[in-house]
Amino acid sequence: MSTAANEPSRSRGKAPAGERVADWADGRLGIYSLAKANMRKIFPDHWSFMLGEVCLYSFIIIILTGVYLTLFFHPSMAEVEYHGSYVPLQGQMMSEAYASTLDISFDVRGGLLIRQIHHWAALIFLAGMFVHMMRVFFTGAFRKPREVNWLFGFLLLVLGMFTGFTGYSLPDDLLSGTGIRFMEGAILSVPIVGTYISFFLFGGEFPGHDFVSRFYSIHILLLPGIMLGLLVGHLILVFYHKHTQFAGPGKTNKNVVGMPLLPVYTAKAGGFFFLVFGVISVVSAIATINPIWAIGPYRPDQVSTGAQPDWYMGFSEGLIRVMPGWEINAWGHTLVLGVFVPLLIFPLVLAAIAVYPFIESWVTGDKREHHILDRPRNAPTRTAFGVAWLTVYFVLLIGGGNDLWATHFHLSINAITWFVRIAFFVGPVVAFIATKRICLGLQRRDKDKVLHGRESGIIKRLPHGEFIEVHEPLSQEQLHTLTAHEQYQPAEIGPTVDENGVERKVSGTQKLRAKLSESYYGEESQIPKPTVEEYKEITSGHGHH
Amino acid sequence: MSSQDIPEENLPAEQDRPHGAAARPADETNPFADPGLPPHEPRVQDVDERAAKRSERTVALLFTLSMLATIAFIAAFVAIDVDKSVYIFPLGHISALNFALGMTLGVALFAIGAGAVHWARTLMSDEEVADERHPIEASPEVRAKVHADFKQGAKESVIGRRKLIRNTMLGALTLVPLSGVVLLRDLGPLPGTKLRHTLWSKGKLLVNMNTNEPLRPSDVAVGSLTFAMPEGLEEHDEDFQNEIAKAALMIIRLEPDSIKDKRELEWSHEGIVAYSKICTHVGCPISLYEQQTHHALCPCHQSTFDLADGARVIFGPAGHALPQLRIGVNDEGYLEALGDFEEPVGPAYWERG
Repeated sequence: MSTAANEPSRSRGKAPAGERVADWADGRLGIYSLAKANMRKIFPDHWSFMLGEVCLYSFIIIILTGVYLTLFFHPSMAEVEYHGSYVPLQGQMMSEAYASTLDISFDVRGGLLIRQIHHWAALIFLAGMFVHMMRVFFTGAFRKPREVNWLFGFLLLVLGMFTGFTGYSLPDDLLSGTGIRFMEGAILSVPIVGTYISFFLFGGEFPGHDFVSRFYSIHILLLPGIMLGLLVGHLILVFYHKHTQFAGPGKTNKNVVGMPLLPVYTAKAGGFFFLVFGVISVVSAIATINPIWAIGPYRPDQVSTGAQPDWYMGFSEGLIRVMPGWEINAWGHTLVLGVFVPLLIFPLVLAAIAVYPFIESWVTGDKREHHILDRPRNAPTRTAFGVAWLTVYFVLLIGGGNDLWATHFHLSINAITWFVRIAFFVGPVVAFIATKRICLGLQRRDKDKVLHGRESGIIKRLPHGEFIEVHEPLSQEQLHTLTAHEQYQPAEIGPTVDENGVERKVSGTQKLRAKLSESYYGEESQIPKPTVEEYKEITSGHGHH
Repeated sequence: MSSQDIPEENLPAEQDRPHGAAARPADETNPFADPGLPPHEPRVQDVDERAAKRSERTVALLFTLSMLATIAFIAAFVAIDVDKSVYIFPLGHISALNFALGMTLGVALFAIGAGAVHWARTLMSDEEVADERHPIEASPEVRAKVHADFKQGAKESVIGRRKLIRNTMLGALTLVPLSGVVLLRDLGPLPGTKLRHTLWSKGKLLVNMNTNEPLRPSDVAVGSLTFAMPEGLEEHDEDFQNEIAKAALMIIRLEPDSIKDKRELEWSHEGIVAYSKICTHVGCPISLYEQQTHHALCPCHQSTFDLADGARVIFGPAGHALPQLRIGVNDEGYLEALGDFEEPVGPAYWERG
């Protein structure tokens, strides 16, 4: 009996060390079932699928460098006289937070590099999330079953913005302090509770002695902790749902075509981490970011011109700059619309894109899973909505930098402000109409290409003298790819009176939904894709046109 | 909100079948049918061992480069002084250590990445594989089992039958977070009327921020802009930042007959007027003054105030005029405040009135 029990362990004893470690872990953690499902998991290849990876890697870089920075940064607003090695500021009064940031920049070897990597990676993280979100949006990757993951990603973007804001406010320099002052002014505008929130946040009057240490725990613990959880959930869902793919030969809604995680994706994605980290290091070596020593410590009575937040906060800056300064004074109270309205629109702009997937799925009534990505042209209304949203976003970015636009392009700041005020309303409408038309034009071109082939550029003269351009027929792969997309029919309410003359009640939401469906999938909104019959009729007749 | 009011016909039917072959799966004449995965085309490294060797050497070279760069990083860390600056075209004078560390670290990391990607692209199998997807939804049997299990669990807990337990539990769970909310109370004091008052009071001298000397009318030239704070406020004071955030002043001198606002003229002294420096929009310090037009501009959000006309807003997002401080001259000839601001300085808020 003992020999029988020993036999398997002896054979395991001969196994290579790696296998033995894996066996040990499997006996305790059950890693083999996990590995069975995931080690050779297939990931499709497309350049736009790397955008999410950029975000993941820059987040890791931010955490690594951030931990390093906490070793040297003092989150304190106690006023000290500076005696460090940066000569121009010696003898000046400043907060300990600012002084320790100077020390990191000038006295800790490599401290400046890590600080700059941290900040550059944060900018890239947010830019990456923004572009990644646009990729997911315009290809319809948010559809069932991925709506929850869309929300996770959206929350990561919003929390990333606030983590960035609390982060660049920590050094307590003149620029970031001005940003904090702006935040305080915005909080004060909130009716009834604004003053109280401000006093509780700052531990009294602005700027007080508390906000740096409070922002510190928010910046290094609270927000990144939540983000880490969301990020892990986001990745688990990507694995669980399996990645989406574009239509193409051999690619269906029921499969996923690509390379296995081990080895190709491990090497490519793992290597990509080093590429991202390497590029950010080189950027941090040659491009200074946030030179707080040149700006000086924060004083509430001083400011520099051309003050700008980090780019991801720019659209909120635009809102606050272009809003007319309306104030309503009544019954001894002030309603500061000029600040409070922008404060309300700020989350609404973000929410508009966040809830879109749910609106679309309500309009289509589609409860099926979607794993094949749309080409943006084949979903004209969605694409047009996305471009309209981007238009609002970028118009507000222009508004946020109106002083820089004025000085760099020699324009009147009043004119820019008025342009932004008007474009905020008109721009998205124009963008919506133009984008929809471009999409339909592209759909028509695809249809022509399928039915008539590719223009070869070769001109042929026929015996009777007619000139024609030779059109090359597409390969079956191309024909399949260009006709693989689905087309919905607009939902109709149908007759409201049945054959017996009994009227059916139609609710307002039903009517709205039918109307939206018509605007999504009606004749005006999509070009019917070519049918096999059309194709056969044209190709069997004459070989050109 | 369900899809019941919309018939299923508006959904495309062919999603889960090989595209275009819905009706006739075996129809080989359908030109749009999915031809299936294209055959794998071998790369040069798959057929030519010399090319594969070359790729191997390239990858190894990149990994070696990374090792050298890490050694260079350590050498730079040890050898270069932290305050040494170096001229590098076109960057200008930059920190030598930051440049050296960043470049070597960057190369060390990038080379690892480039090596791994080159390895994956040229030497690892590049044959595309198809994996099946399975519906995320559970099968009806699993669904039924889970629902039954839940119902049984709920039944065994008797929560549905013993309403008293359920209601008191919900009550307790609702109340208990209140302790957490109450604990936040001491985050800060209540606002009271703190935002209404500044350090200014009758008789306080106006001290020039640059020279730290009390101002005389003769110190303020026509067209100049001077920043002032109340006497007795020192940079080393515990509450300096809080006080200066409310008390900072802009002093300008206008020709008395160019002052359009009657009260402004009354509160001035020989054309010298004192306005709060803190913008009424969101509190940035206003620091740009255009002496020809008497306009002051906030550099943050471009609110523009006409200092010759009661500092009313003539452009930008600010909602009301800058508060003016009433000033005069004391017996010794120094400028002094004749009281505090009559209205709160800085951004507007609910209780401002």
